[in-house]
Amino acid sequence: MAQIMLWEAIQRAHDEEMSRDPMVICMGEDIGVAGGTYKATKGLYEKYGPLRVMDTPISEGGFTGLGIGASFLGVRPIIEIMSVNFAWLAMDQMFNSAAKIRYMSGGQLTAPCVFRSAGGAAHQLGAQHSARMEKVFMGIAGLRVVTPSNPRQAYGLLKSAIRCDDPVFINEHELMYNMKGEVPDGEYFHPLEGSDVARAGTDVTLFGYNISVHWCLKAAEILDKQYGISAEVVDLYSLSPLDRDGIRKSVSKTHRVVIAEEDEAPVGVGAEVIATINEECFFELDAAPVRVHSALVPQPYNHTLEKAAIPDHEDVVKAVLKLFGKA
Amino acid sequence: MKIDDKKRVLREMVLHRRFEERCYQAYIERKIGGFLHLYPGQEACCNGVMEAARPGHDYVITGYRDHVHAIKCGADPKEVMAELYGKETGSSKGRGGSMHIFDAAHHFMGGYALVGGPFPLAAGIAKAIQLKGGDEIAICFLGDAANNQGVFHETLNMAALWKLPVLFVCENNLYGIGTSIERSTAVVHQHKRVAAYNIPADECDGQDIDIVYEHARKAVDHVRAGNGPFFLELMTYRYRGHSMSDSRGYRSREEEEVWKQRDPILMLRDRLITAGAMTMADYETIEKETDAYIENEVTKFAEESPEPRVEDLEKYVLADRESQQPWLTGKAA
Ligand SMILES: Cc1ncc(C[n+]2csc(CCOP(=O)(O)OP(=O)(O)O)c2C)c(N)n1
Ligand SMILES: [Mg+2]
Repeated sequence: MAQIMLWEAIQRAHDEEMSRDPMVICMGEDIGVAGGTYKATKGLYEKYGPLRVMDTPISEGGFTGLGIGASFLGVRPIIEIMSVNFAWLAMDQMFNSAAKIRYMSGGQLTAPCVFRSAGGAAHQLGAQHSARMEKVFMGIAGLRVVTPSNPRQAYGLLKSAIRCDDPVFINEHELMYNMKGEVPDGEYFHPLEGSDVARAGTDVTLFGYNISVHWCLKAAEILDKQYGISAEVVDLYSLSPLDRDGIRKSVSKTHRVVIAEEDEAPVGVGAEVIATINEECFFELDAAPVRVHSALVPQPYNHTLEKAAIPDHEDVVKAVLKLFGKA
Repeated sequence: MKIDDKKRVLREMVLHRRFEERCYQAYIERKIGGFLHLYPGQEACCNGVMEAARPGHDYVITGYRDHVHAIKCGADPKEVMAELYGKETGSSKGRGGSMHIFDAAHHFMGGYALVGGPFPLAAGIAKAIQLKGGDEIAICFLGDAANNQGVFHETLNMAALWKLPVLFVCENNLYGIGTSIERSTAVVHQHKRVAAYNIPADECDGQDIDIVYEHARKAVDHVRAGNGPFFLELMTYRYRGHSMSDSRGYRSREEEEVWKQRDPILMLRDRLITAGAMTMADYETIEKETDAYIENEVTKFAEESPEPRVEDLEKYVLADRESQQPWLTGKAA
């Protein structure tokens, strides 16, 4: 198994799928000649040419709709929205066209497209370039939402998303493209549904996804070494649908829950996980679940304010200690 | 432009250039964070148009490459630099950053990060001017690639339909990040695209401030006289990369050199020297004084200003509650 960077994993998935199926194409701003803002499409333009690797104008609503339209006839477009903040401009087409087409056509038409986008708060990118929008995407019927926390998932989820007949939104994180991790040498398809137990434990479950999985892992390490608390970390890489079984299983084992998300609350993954626990296994709980999340503010530019607005592993540790009456 | 005005504008343009170069340095020193888009090469665009308009009176809106437009409208360079440093004394109190400079008092309505976002906002500002009956106009400075957003067309239609007092200035620098205009846009000359909306349009050299000024005057007069919108395209070039992480692999050094031969500042300088209005020594003095001002006043102010307080994280998210009590509680009567 090779150690590769997350952007390389995404690039490899593109390359394999494009060489297998001539109907797989990719499109987006600066993805071709420039190789992509995060290099995720590096070298594809040279290999597959401008008909299949399309540098688009800055017309998010337009090219997203165009990709969706092509998918009606069996093309499998991988549509890159440079930053999730720009996805607002494409959402009309994603939600009103791609997500609903199968249903409103009584199953005649489908939109097997993949939307990929970089989200999350990077460093001081300010109010209009720091959005976390998982909560918006995960509430749309007809759209699958996945979000990788490591190169293996990034590779395997993209492979599965391209093959899947449903539209899939892949939420990547701006700060994670250079993260290294193991990816199988052979072809690998990560399940689009489910969750991964990133670390097994017995005393408390830390739910995370994407970047917050790493806060949880770091927190689990500290909790184990310094406080003797055994934390299980569950990686909810599928946000829609959420893995109800996975959530129930872990909660039934640990009986205590902290959910970490980089998104703001109210509304979002944390709220949805708590609702799921209420519905699935309320009586397994020994304490009220706790959310760790960003402050409800447009992202401040100033670095001190930005840091104050976003949680990290220390906030997860604090939340757990509070659950155990140790803080 | 009169000679004295030209001399003043030259000094301003030197400030604009040096300010941006100082930002570059501060970014390398990690004093400035986030995305930073610099303006060198395009100075004649903003300056030529605003000399024909009324800075501080007319409303200006633009994208993320916004420092110079703000300063030209009257924003204090100290406050702009403090904003880039994320300080409480910054134009946006350190909350906005480079892409979001605002100075409402000088009618600078802001920098926006989403490409194309300002188009309809400019038309809306023009609508407000129309309703209020003032003689201001709205001026929207955006790039060439922004015209590929659908909202460009939607806005042109409405602006023409309602005869809104808005001037669209397209600073055509031939690139949108790393994609050249030929590769992104079916029509290179942007002024041709507005013909469908019956909006008068014009195109000219954006490097020569005298030319920009002449064309801008007609454009501004047209709009101010109540004839509705106008579209002015200025052919220009940005010398630096799109933002700080751009090694400019998509264009040749030769192409850059051709444009540097037509540097807006040097062209104006040489013209003034040839006309006998100033000497090279005068120009060098301007440069020196400007650098000293930027170092001793602008940068110093930014360095020494306080950070926002963490307790104020949620300030400015909503109106302050006290002032809104009647509506929040429903006890208006
Ligand atoms: C809606 C949206 N899509 C994409 C981007 C990323 N982006 C930022 S600037 C830019 C290029 C804009 O080029 P142009 O309008 O010509 O302005 P210039 O930077 O050349 O002044 C792009 C694609 C963005 N900020 N907003
Ligand atoms: Mg441009």
